[in-house]
Amino acid sequence: MTTLETAQKLGLLPEEFEKIKEILGKIPNFTELSAYSVMWSEHCSYKNSIVWLKKLPKKSARILAEAGQENAGLVDIGDGLACAFKIESHNHPSALEPYQGAATGVGGINRDIFTMGARPIAQMNTLRFGDIKNEKTKHLLKGVVKGIGDYGNAFGIPTVAGELYFDECYQVNPLVNAFSAGIVDINKTASAIAFGVGNPVFIVGSATGKDGIHGAAFASKDITEDSAKDLPSVQVGDPFQEKLLLEATLEIIDKNLVIGVQDMGAAGIICSTAEMSAKGESGMIIDLDKVPLRQHNMQAWEILLSESQERMLVVGIKGKENEIQEVFEKWDLHAVQIGEVTDTKRLEFYQHKEKVADMPAESLVLGGGAPIYHREYKEPTYFQEYKKFDINQVNEPKTETEFQKIVRFLLSSPNICSRRWVYEQYDSMVGTANLSINKPSDAGVVLIKNQQGESMDKAIVISVDCNGRYVYANPKIGAMIAVCESARNVVCAGGEPVAITNNLNFGNPYHHEVYWHFVESIQGIIESCEALETPVTGGNVSFYNQYQTQNEKGETITKPVFPTPTIGMLGLMDNLENHTSLAFSAVGDLIYLVGEPKNDISSSEYLYAYHQIKASPTPDFDLQNEVSLQKTIKKLIQEKMIISAHDISDGGLFVTLVESALVNQLGFEVKKEERFSSIRSDAFWFGESQSRVVVSVKPNNKENFEKSCQAYFLGKVAKENFVVGTQIWISTQEANDLYQNTLAKLIEG
Amino acid sequence: MNFSIVVFPGSNCDEDMVYALREILGQKVNKVFHKETSLPQNTDCVIVPGGFSYGDYLRSGAIARFSPIMSAIQQHAQKGGLVWGICNGFQILTEAGLLEGVLLKNNHQKYSCKNIYLKPATKNTLLTQHLSLEKTYKIPIAHGDGRFYADGNTLKSLQDNEQILFYYADNQGIVNENTNPNGSLLNIAGICNKSKNVFGMMPHPERASDERSGNIDGKTLFLSFLGQ
Repeated sequence: MTTLETAQKLGLLPEEFEKIKEILGKIPNFTELSAYSVMWSEHCSYKNSIVWLKKLPKKSARILAEAGQENAGLVDIGDGLACAFKIESHNHPSALEPYQGAATGVGGINRDIFTMGARPIAQMNTLRFGDIKNEKTKHLLKGVVKGIGDYGNAFGIPTVAGELYFDECYQVNPLVNAFSAGIVDINKTASAIAFGVGNPVFIVGSATGKDGIHGAAFASKDITEDSAKDLPSVQVGDPFQEKLLLEATLEIIDKNLVIGVQDMGAAGIICSTAEMSAKGESGMIIDLDKVPLRQHNMQAWEILLSESQERMLVVGIKGKENEIQEVFEKWDLHAVQIGEVTDTKRLEFYQHKEKVADMPAESLVLGGGAPIYHREYKEPTYFQEYKKFDINQVNEPKTETEFQKIVRFLLSSPNICSRRWVYEQYDSMVGTANLSINKPSDAGVVLIKNQQGESMDKAIVISVDCNGRYVYANPKIGAMIAVCESARNVVCAGGEPVAITNNLNFGNPYHHEVYWHFVESIQGIIESCEALETPVTGGNVSFYNQYQTQNEKGETITKPVFPTPTIGMLGLMDNLENHTSLAFSAVGDLIYLVGEPKNDISSSEYLYAYHQIKASPTPDFDLQNEVSLQKTIKKLIQEKMIISAHDISDGGLFVTLVESALVNQLGFEVKKEERFSSIRSDAFWFGESQSRVVVSVKPNNKENFEKSCQAYFLGKVAKENFVVGTQIWISTQEANDLYQNTLAKLIEG
Repeated sequence: MNFSIVVFPGSNCDEDMVYALREILGQKVNKVFHKETSLPQNTDCVIVPGGFSYGDYLRSGAIARFSPIMSAIQQHAQKGGLVWGICNGFQILTEAGLLEGVLLKNNHQKYSCKNIYLKPATKNTLLTQHLSLEKTYKIPIAHGDGRFYADGNTLKSLQDNEQILFYYADNQGIVNENTNPNGSLLNIAGICNKSKNVFGMMPHPERASDERSGNIDGKTLFLSFLGQ
């Protein structure tokens, strides 16, 4: 018999305990109560966010599976193919056990893709850590990168793009978000559904152990000093099993042996049985004695809640049981029938011949019985303070020496310098489809091959972006910028933005100011996605990303991480000739700025890190300007007007120029023209005002280019050295050394 | 040529090899599952592709060598048939004793994926016959255990018998410590057996074969192997 106290220990609220009693018409036993506690956790039920998530734009002609309908979003990409893609967080496990936490994040997101019948073809990840000089940060970063690498490399899917930021707000609670995209024949997609009385229910893949029990609940609370006690909540990954599971799952789907498939991720068997049954308006009867176990004497609730990795729940077609088992035997995997589909709409679990739990499937899930809350929110006081920043608080640098110092600072900033130390640990080329290796571009460009392995002469173009500092300064505009930057990257690479997936990383939703971050960010995403016509196909909400620290008075206070809604953009490239590099290619090519320079240094790395001024608003941004900029760049690419395109982001115009020049070890000679005399030099070169792109143009194409768009001439590509006006700010060689090697030196010493 | 590409559990470059050989080079290709005990009858060359066979648990390639298909591959090699292992395939062939030496963990202890430059060491093998000793070839590596090691006597006989296929170099052909991505002895990137019918190399030519990728140096290696 359970009590309110038991319920509260499991993380349920008193009103939730009352609701469970009402649903069941009795006091739940411990197994049932455990099931509700995980299914009604934020991680599974989105109870504190769904009211707002429902407002996100979800529709377009290409969308085949809307947000929330399946394990991942599904988009029509033409030629009878669809792309399944999604981003998901593994923040809390990575905080405690960086290697396994990150590895299982990669495993989980890929299962979400292939459970739909799609073969994953590209991965990205976005990472946030604390101060890089801190030993703990180095430990976390090394572990996370090795975890992602070891899992993704062995699984055999290339990692083609990503993001990495450092800020002290992520010191205790790093962010680890993993993205995967896969391709499927539109007629071969699988659904996470159960129906048809008597159809067999299989558990396939790895055996079930005690790892990861209450992982979903763990993900739904603050990280504290006591979090190490939650270590059993972290699962252990096995990429080899996952690779076998991928092949076997795609084979049973291809052979039409199944009704539905669902990955077992958060909340394990209880989640998959509940969600598949609820979706098919069916029930299931399950014998827990048949579940292959890793250890003896597991209780019913442990089996139901275990988050052991590399498992799937498969609802087969009656009569095809042997064929299903043959496929899994071929791949040396378990495929054990543990029950069957019923028409009772109830989940009935048996152990040792006794019924140990009996619940209506619908009552457990989001959209069914799971609670929905409207949380209060309030604008934080800092918000208006930040807006008061005036550029004149900062002295404008005047001397050559000052600029040389700033340039060296920025090129060796851990938030700007090359991420080579990280990405070389990831297999970026397996699949022989990554077109961005020898032609680096602002987004990952990955060739699409059909199910027969034939290439389709088109590509997906993907990018993942979010500057948490901008979002903290103004959550609505910061979130708009995140969406727009991911689209701008896709456009600069030569793609057409199609749809997004988002990973909403925030603090504790019960804090009114944190919830204000969330609400404002959602509104920013809505506005940008509507303007760019890129609907939201789903993603993940990760609350409780915050930590306890002590204030000056020695009191324990809780501080949230920067609100960090990372955006994964899916774009398409129908004509591979549009693939555009970010690199300058030849000495003498002309360099132009497309977009308006502004007298703005707000929230730039230059202001925040070099001048250590943290209170400023977001960089200048206007949604309509952004939309028209992206149209201009698309047109320039389609008309073959430009050789390269590179969007201006962290570090501003100067860093963007350096990045374009370093790929082929070139230099440049540029100047700030007289017409920009109202703009300070530091704002011109280091400001991060949005909606600007650096392009290079062949000299013989000058007139055509200048006629075709509004752009500002900056200078020319040179053999070596980065020259502004008449001054060498830095040599190509020194810039290359700082840019390429800083991260490795900071991490490995 | 008729190629048979072996698929172990955990192989992940098998499809890439099928794509390069069939779609790009127009060769006949069969996939052979590791549980088979014989090769397709007309097999000219067995490809042991890259990946993480059996998860590379215990030691890279250590379990795959016991797969049922391996004895057929041994027999094929003994009869003079061609065998070519790439990355994990190279590791498996050394574990199986078809090639000498071993592949240890990279000296920097990290997995590493990037373009490197290969300098051919000899023209006296099928694989390198049409390559230029004056040129370098840009081919990607992607491995954690790629540090070639052999004892002094073995190394000397590899040299004496012209069994070294490639060295890691820079684009100018310089072979030294700075151009060594993993700590391999003498910068060795690939070798063959004494009778020059079994080949092993860590870099992935199949990843540099599609024109759209912007690098077809790998295709040049395949063409040399095919006698073109």
